[in-house]
Amino acid sequence: MSEQGPEGTFEPRIVAFFCNWCTYTAADLAGISRMQYAPNVRVIRLMCSGRVDPQFVLAAFRDGADGVLIGGCHPGDCHYQEGNYNALRRFELLKRMLVGFGIEEERVRLEWISASEGDRVQKVCNEMTEQVRALGPLRLETVQSVDEGRVAPAPAGEPVGQVTA
Amino acid sequence: MSKPKVAFYWCASCGGCEEAVVDLNEVVLDVVEAVDIVFWPVAMDFKVSDVEALADGELAAAFINGAVRTSEQAEMAELLRRKAGAIVAFGACAWLGGIPGLANLYSRESILEFVYGGSPSVQNGDGGVPQELIDVPEGRMTLPHFDEDVRTLDEVIDVDYYLPGCPPPAGLIAQAVMALVEGRLPEKGLVLAPDVALCAECPRAVTKPEDLKVARFYRPYEIVADPETCLLAQGLVCLGPSTRSGCGAACIAANMPCTGCMGPTSRVIDHGAKALAAIASLIETREPGEIAALSEQIVDPVGTFYRYSVPASLLHRRVGTKGGTATEGAVAHPAPTSTTGGES
Amino acid sequence: MLEPESGLSSQPIPSNGGPKIGVYVCHCGLNIAGKVDVAAVVEFASTLPNVAVARDYKFMCSDPGQELIEKDLREGLINRVVVASCSPLMHEATFRRATAEGGQSPFYFQMASIREHVSWVTADGDDATAKAKALVAGAVRRVALHEYLEPRKAEVRSDVMVVGAGIAGIHAALTMADAGKHVYLVERESTIGGHMAKFDKTFPTLDCAACILTPKMSAVRSHPNITLWTYSDVMGVEGFTGDFTVRVRHRPRYVKEDLCTGCLECIERCIHKQGKFEDEWNEGLSKRKPIYIPFPQATPAVVVVDPETCIWFKTGKCPQTCIEACERDAFDFEQTETFDEVKVGALILSTGFKTFDASKMPEYGYGLYPNVYTSLEVERLLNAAGPTSGEVVLRDGSKPKVVGIIHCVGSRDAKHNLWCSKVCCMYSLKLAHMVKERTGAEVYNFYIDMRTPGKGYEEFYDKILKEGVHMVRGRVAGVTDEAASPEEEGHLVIRAEDTLIGSVRRIPVDMAILAVGLEPQPDHQDVRRLFNISCGGEGWFTERHPKLAPVSTFTDGVFLAGTCQGPKDIPDTVAQAGAAAAEVLAMVDRGFVMLEANTAHIDDEACSGCKTCVGLCPFSAISFDEERKKASVNEVVCKGCGVCVAACPSGAAQQHLFTDAEIFSEIEGVLAYV
Repeated sequence: MSEQGPEGTFEPRIVAFFCNWCTYTAADLAGISRMQYAPNVRVIRLMCSGRVDPQFVLAAFRDGADGVLIGGCHPGDCHYQEGNYNALRRFELLKRMLVGFGIEEERVRLEWISASEGDRVQKVCNEMTEQVRALGPLRLETVQSVDEGRVAPAPAGEPVGQVTA
Repeated sequence: MSKPKVAFYWCASCGGCEEAVVDLNEVVLDVVEAVDIVFWPVAMDFKVSDVEALADGELAAAFINGAVRTSEQAEMAELLRRKAGAIVAFGACAWLGGIPGLANLYSRESILEFVYGGSPSVQNGDGGVPQELIDVPEGRMTLPHFDEDVRTLDEVIDVDYYLPGCPPPAGLIAQAVMALVEGRLPEKGLVLAPDVALCAECPRAVTKPEDLKVARFYRPYEIVADPETCLLAQGLVCLGPSTRSGCGAACIAANMPCTGCMGPTSRVIDHGAKALAAIASLIETREPGEIAALSEQIVDPVGTFYRYSVPASLLHRRVGTKGGTATEGAVAHPAPTSTTGGES
Repeated sequence: MLEPESGLSSQPIPSNGGPKIGVYVCHCGLNIAGKVDVAAVVEFASTLPNVAVARDYKFMCSDPGQELIEKDLREGLINRVVVASCSPLMHEATFRRATAEGGQSPFYFQMASIREHVSWVTADGDDATAKAKALVAGAVRRVALHEYLEPRKAEVRSDVMVVGAGIAGIHAALTMADAGKHVYLVERESTIGGHMAKFDKTFPTLDCAACILTPKMSAVRSHPNITLWTYSDVMGVEGFTGDFTVRVRHRPRYVKEDLCTGCLECIERCIHKQGKFEDEWNEGLSKRKPIYIPFPQATPAVVVVDPETCIWFKTGKCPQTCIEACERDAFDFEQTETFDEVKVGALILSTGFKTFDASKMPEYGYGLYPNVYTSLEVERLLNAAGPTSGEVVLRDGSKPKVVGIIHCVGSRDAKHNLWCSKVCCMYSLKLAHMVKERTGAEVYNFYIDMRTPGKGYEEFYDKILKEGVHMVRGRVAGVTDEAASPEEEGHLVIRAEDTLIGSVRRIPVDMAILAVGLEPQPDHQDVRRLFNISCGGEGWFTERHPKLAPVSTFTDGVFLAGTCQGPKDIPDTVAQAGAAAAEVLAMVDRGFVMLEANTAHIDDEACSGCKTCVGLCPFSAISFDEERKKASVNEVVCKGCGVCVAACPSGAAQQHLFTDAEIFSEIEGVLAYV
């Protein structure tokens, strides 16, 4: 279902929620180390992956994202002790719920990336960009307008269908 | 001074909201004393032409229940909007999409195929679905267009107030009507119910522990719930914490967990997502495998968390279920060659 | 579509006549401008809602850069600031300060990272410019919703704690105590001194370790401002910057510390005539009695009774000659663990290192062949107070005639530790010198590179070379006792390629010394969790910034000193300990810290009393009022993670600076335009 633009490739837009202490710092490290990676991931900084409200994930899709990435500290290493476990608990249910809404599992991802793993940021961003590219754009159906789907009345006298009496 | 004129109308609904008005019992007498009901298809013999004959804005208010999914419902909503000073979206369906809103998880195609053919309890000869336009010797017959999409009322017309509930509790209905009559309606756009979650009025709240953690989720049929203790504490998925109060915790009184019909508070954009966040945060274990297993115990997350609010949710409908193989307009089916069962 | 009534995500919260945003795009020299079309970003920014001013500048963080912001604020052109430049982890504080200088709340500021997250990581210039625009749009949409917040302060207590009393901890404690602060110095072992107390001489000056260390140990003991707790551990840390409550456990010595004079008579008169149990202090090279003192200058000079080996504890039947011997009646076999809870303003962690376990490299024969030693074991041999009174002898008591010292054991090794342990080349040269001096043996050093970077270090290497120590440049393949020729019989053979001459050599030795590298302590994960700091991938505690903040951590109020932060020698350790002490003194003397603004709070009216949040807070910052059925957050204890906010089912809990509305608008912003 991939959209062929003029150059033939669809550029996915992925919104990422990175926790300040680990993943955001790792992304900074990737930058300091000049690791090049796909430009498709737009990072939103939160203090903890436990702050990620499922509403944010849905809002990202609604606003046009083709994928959502959540980054947090490895289990046991959360700067706030347990925030990342909460992210994980919500994520499991959220994933299944998204599948119920017809959104493929691969469009939403939770990754544990520690502050020293700049290379993982590079790897995950590249990987996810390609994965979502293969899935194609997420076509969320917009609300139907009032006139859409209305049958235009046929000119009088022209039969549309016949019913035998 | 003449009594304010009001209208009641039903769109894609079950009739429960009409019954709720009747369920006012003696209070309904006060209501009919205070207002002049000039249109109520289920209970009174007024016609659409009577509504069309009214001046614009002549109705003080129109209470419209049900979601919108046919062209007729959309037209009636628009008509009533012109004729009414205030539109009250009455009930969960009108506000959030309600139970009919679950149809947004399926394509129009598949719904028609199932209802008119695929269902095990249907015998439909060679098949055949309702046609929007058909010419018969007697003339031309039309049916309203069955939309692709279930919409909330405010996606079709401008809505002034929302009365939540499936159906709205009698007390809230009476309050709303009397507020209208006495000119005490609050600022436009508000939901006419307390803006605080059900736990605030639930009698079992005291039994809910401060550090509630769930080790297992149960479906209502799996256990016999203790009638005194918080249902969430017993592992039942109760949406009380994420759902507005104002219903007197009626379902809890019947020993059943809240399913969310009173909708979210004003501070929440997507009811299902917030309800999910809260329930998931109660899971006790930290082990990924165990978390996944517990999540599986909630068998149908969409149905559980968005029972009444699929159309109002941020995603609005299931991806890939709009359009199907049909082009805009009528479903192209071959005309039936025989009429088993007959048209009604 | 459900439209939230309070206008979340759609209307800005007007504060002072509505938001007027200034957007400043930094070139950062060529770091950003070399990849991102800065002019295009400025142009784009000026089209965004509520943007009153959009400028660019070469270095926004410089004085003139900050002045641009302050001027626009002072002149009333703007009341919100967005800077698109480097990472907020770098300069958020800088620009918040500039915003405050301009007369506005520092929290009416948002940063977009277009350097670390864009220009430095994106190959194509157009892609980078587009991404920069998206991130700027996110920041602009978000800042319009920022609420008025005032910076808050918390007082800092003046008492401080140092955990770990090796040379780092000792130096830090003395520095702060001399400045008049009360210091709690906590040490896990029964004596202070750490690894340095085990050494004989230190490089490059060949100073006697004890001679330079014991005066400091003694100063610690007698300093009026230092409370020394040895044989003690930290059990828990609660509270927050400036006001930590630390629970310390004191393990029982079964001797009253204030009565014991360290005469050691009890050890003499123990019913064990000789030592029978492994002496940990001497690296297992000798035996001790159940009652012991690690070394004669141990501080405090108080004996310890080991309940695992003492007959009284094992069987209850012992004449307890030790009690008899004690003139001060200092014994108390009923002693139990005791606890202390103290409140301190700051903590320094100086928990040191452990050496690499050489038995992980069986090819070097440690534990297999009796005369393969680790460097630390040889330090004990060399030490006059050690098991052999300073004689370097083999297990059978004879003097070695040929000694091989193998560098980089466990270090610079893909199979073990990747890092260089920094001190081993120098100490291996030192051991070469000392072994040669004590035994007259031929000494061979097998090295990969010779790392001698400090003051006097290269000169020391030179001196050792002149002493006739043989240098073989090649990584040792193995140590074996299998002779391949008559000359090798009865010796250990070290096999290595001598890369300088280009051939493999087999060198028979009597003794092999393994220069084991430095590693983090085995309980580093537990310790770092206790203090809420992080570890790097290898296990060293993470400093706030490797260059500019090497002694502080991301947890305000917790500092690092010494090898727990990474391998280093004694001069660097002492320097770092002084630095940590200075930063603690700065904090304590200033008397306050600025609190993070991003705490959570619960709207009292909106709270339904559902209690979902209460159990979620790991810092117990949320309390529940049973009578009113409302939850509330203690904003001084709250650390600002936002877990309760995401979980609150009715949106009653919100997080300052990370409200739902702000985040929704940022999401919209990064997607709506580009």
